[in-house]
Amino acid sequence: MSDATQPIVAAQSATQPTVARRGRGARVRRAFRTYPVVSLTLLLIIVFGAIAAPWLAPYPATHGDLRARHAAPAIVGADSAHLLGADSVGRDVFSRLLYGAQVSLLVAAGTILIAGSLGTLLGLVSGWYGGWIDEAIMRLVDAMNAIPVVLLALVLAVALGPSFALLLGVLALGQWPAFARQVRAETLSLRRRDYVQLARVAGASTGRILGRHILPGVFSTVMVVATNQVGTVILAEAGLSFLGVGVPPPTPSLGGMIADGRLYITDAWWISAFPGIAIALIVLSLVFIGDWLRDRLDPTLRQLE
Amino acid sequence: MAELGTTDDVALRVAGSAADLDPIIQVRHLRKWYPVQQGFGFAPPSHLKAVDDVSFDVAPGRTFGIVGESGCGKTTILKLFLQLEAPTAGQIIFEGEDIARMTAAGRRRFRRSVQAVFQDPWASLNPRMRVADIVGEPLEIAGTMSRRQVRARVAEVLTEVGLNAYQANLYPHEFSGGQRQRIGIARALVLGPKVIALDEPVSALDVSIRAQILNLLVDLQKQRDLAYLMVSHDLATVRYMCHDMAVMYLGVVQEAGRVRAIFDKPMHLYTEALMSAALPAHPGLVRDEILLPGEVVSPIDPPAGDVFMTRTPLPVDPNNRWAKERPPLVEKEPDHWVVETPWSLTSSRSGSLSG
Repeated sequence: MSDATQPIVAAQSATQPTVARRGRGARVRRAFRTYPVVSLTLLLIIVFGAIAAPWLAPYPATHGDLRARHAAPAIVGADSAHLLGADSVGRDVFSRLLYGAQVSLLVAAGTILIAGSLGTLLGLVSGWYGGWIDEAIMRLVDAMNAIPVVLLALVLAVALGPSFALLLGVLALGQWPAFARQVRAETLSLRRRDYVQLARVAGASTGRILGRHILPGVFSTVMVVATNQVGTVILAEAGLSFLGVGVPPPTPSLGGMIADGRLYITDAWWISAFPGIAIALIVLSLVFIGDWLRDRLDPTLRQLE
Repeated sequence: MAELGTTDDVALRVAGSAADLDPIIQVRHLRKWYPVQQGFGFAPPSHLKAVDDVSFDVAPGRTFGIVGESGCGKTTILKLFLQLEAPTAGQIIFEGEDIARMTAAGRRRFRRSVQAVFQDPWASLNPRMRVADIVGEPLEIAGTMSRRQVRARVAEVLTEVGLNAYQANLYPHEFSGGQRQRIGIARALVLGPKVIALDEPVSALDVSIRAQILNLLVDLQKQRDLAYLMVSHDLATVRYMCHDMAVMYLGVVQEAGRVRAIFDKPMHLYTEALMSAALPAHPGLVRDEILLPGEVVSPIDPPAGDVFMTRTPLPVDPNNRWAKERPPLVEKEPDHWVVETPWSLTSSRSGSLSG
């Protein structure tokens, strides 16, 4: 083979990979381009850890061993029996992290599910029917923005006593307006589309139009809002737990753990740092997955991968 | 020819006037006024008169064209006919039945007999649905066919509009504009309708494929005896497609009748100006461009008299009856109707105008 032909061969193999080149490496690279592999893997690991907490956790989450108080994490080379260290009452941070992720993810998922369904429904109704219905729902959204959710949670917790259901309810109350607003805006633009008018011409009922044309159209927006709001929910839950109206104290939650560790941040950084890292990874993964989902759900973008 | 109303209450019988054809659509005194709030709400509410007392007939198997510049109310008429909006006053009668007072069964029959193709082939197909679902949707709604029958019918109708049956599995963005418009036509045809409302069906398309789509529409009309109610601002399209037409200005029909008669001898100055504004079929053709003075008047609270009064190049006598009240359409020649005022007719213009 002469030198002159070599670059051409190289260029060809770069644009159309030959059989020899299309090995496992190419498949893996393609997968990385197509799917958010890192985010999905991370989230799966965290979710798996949360679900399998009772089996994976080396120590109980709610009972401490005072002799292990502020034990340094073994992961940074300390001579310790605690992988991620222990907190101020000697509870294993790793075990609490697993249980905490369970609680936090449950709260986040529950909140997003409730707020997402309620917000989507109200946004859909608001955008589709318009008029006084729209006016009423949107004023409700405005009113929600004027209510400090934390204060409301405090008042309700004092009146009713803190509970899991109350936490979900209050968080959902704070989250649904974001969904309602976005879905309403999307519905307003979709209902004017020619294909919606043509569905009407074909005799489609309002239910059918909403279900077949509007809802699939707003679905990607809902998914993106949902993944972005998860972070807010986890943080809000942390704030409420810190104030004592979130997850009741002995039960670990990621936010509660950060709050617990804040007093000892200079002596025992690991108490707050690891749940903080966990929150950051969960939120970041969800944002990437949300972006990917939005592109996937749009058939016009599906082929541009 | 039968007069449908008193002179004050003029209705127009154009397309259905051929003795053996009962009109499939009769539009009578149709009005659509949109309330407009101006200022801070202290002023009495104004009205945007998009359609103001329009009447016409559409015969089965023929094409009725509505032309006029943008904002003259032609698309509003289609929307009213398709029941996408409710008229302020007047009736639309389909096969002898007032569509506003139809029973549930009548409404279903109407939805099955009337379909539409819109202007923008990019906006009129749901991007998230496959062609099979888009074209099959009217069948699915009608609910008379099994899933398999729907698939077969979709394949059949796709072939009829010049597409391939296998393309049913593709998404709209995988097609060109002309192909998308064919999909829209397939969807309109799938239930075997009697009327298709066409809202500028080719104006969004590349000039090179307009003729294909127009020919397809003409062929389908011949095969299936379809009636078209077409809206367009393109006179060449109207001339090619339509049998009868109405020229609208500011929500009011100015001239109506057989397409050939109107193109051969436009009676209204507005029609004449519209035709002169269209590009000639050959660049070498010499023609006089007729420009009307003034701007298009806002359709919000138009004059009580003739709407054309403010645009005519001829002098207007403010004491004339038609400067104060709306002039009727008059049948000047058989099947050729025009708004007759001292300032609206081409025949009342002296030859010196062009100077």
